[in-house]
Amino acid sequence: MIRLANDPQYRKVLPDMGTIGLEHFLMVGAVLFVAGVVCMATRRNAIGVLMGVELVLNGANINFVAFARYMPLGLDGQVISLFVIVLAAAEAAVALAIALSFYNSHLTVDVDRGDRLQG
Amino acid sequence: MDATTILFWIFASISCAAAVAVVATQNVVRMAFWLIVSLGSVAGLYFLLSADFVAATQLLIYVGGTLVLLIFGVMLTATGPYSQIRTSPGEALLAGGVGSLFLAMIITTVVSVDWDSLAAIQQQDPSYASYAHEPGFNPAEEGNTARPLGLKMLGISLEDLGRTDGSLSHGYLLPFEIVSIHLLVVLIGASYLARAKRRSRPDQPS
Repeated sequence: MIRLANDPQYRKVLPDMGTIGLEHFLMVGAVLFVAGVVCMATRRNAIGVLMGVELVLNGANINFVAFARYMPLGLDGQVISLFVIVLAAAEAAVALAIALSFYNSHLTVDVDRGDRLQG
Repeated sequence: MDATTILFWIFASISCAAAVAVVATQNVVRMAFWLIVSLGSVAGLYFLLSADFVAATQLLIYVGGTLVLLIFGVMLTATGPYSQIRTSPGEALLAGGVGSLFLAMIITTVVSVDWDSLAAIQQQDPSYASYAHEPGFNPAEEGNTARPLGLKMLGISLEDLGRTDGSLSHGYLLPFEIVSIHLLVVLIGASYLARAKRRSRPDQPS
């Protein structure tokens, strides 16, 4: 299955995207990725760091789905994005359990206080 | 401007603005709200890309599951009614500068690549071109992706139906099984980590 934007056969079946190209979606993904990285780097709240991770994973997911639409990759990009969504849910569950455990022992979720390993 | 373009700009601006608001807000509960807005409009972008199943999954798992989990985490760990752990202004300024430089680098890279000719080159690739124009049953091209995705997870690919040379495309049965085991392990591990324990004193090793 070739999903090529300039393929006239293909343009008949998929809805026309008008002037919106692959670059636009990649830029949206880049904005989400950078916002997530800055959020991860600056937050001192462990839950805030988790939200930054979610933003980063979503930025990557936009890229996967956009490449599946505009490049001759077929459905593979969408399959990978489904795996990313499932792994992100699992990661959020484990990280929240760790945050709760951290809160039980330190009575705070400030990641700067997690210095017991002397790192 | 057609409807697709207008919808793209609406969803793209909402998701980008909400992502920036997640970074700019100090309150954790408001961060969670802006994250919901951002992820919801990303699901709208997936619908625009005719990835209906991925968009529905995004809404169900992210907005319905992960965010509820995050908000429960905020509720269980909040020490005051307006819990804020402040970032110092110098750090925020530095992070903003480095972040905008990083964003400029990524956007310059995206713009400088000629994606159309790259797609054309990939189409010339024999591993893609062998089934490029073969007639075949291909409901994915109509934006109806749930059944092809489910068959891909089982290792069967509807894209192979038009092929004549007998080669097969990628199947995802093994990653699917790995993800199933992974989710089971995560459930057990999370319930082990978060089980009710006697709370120890904050400044003494437990």
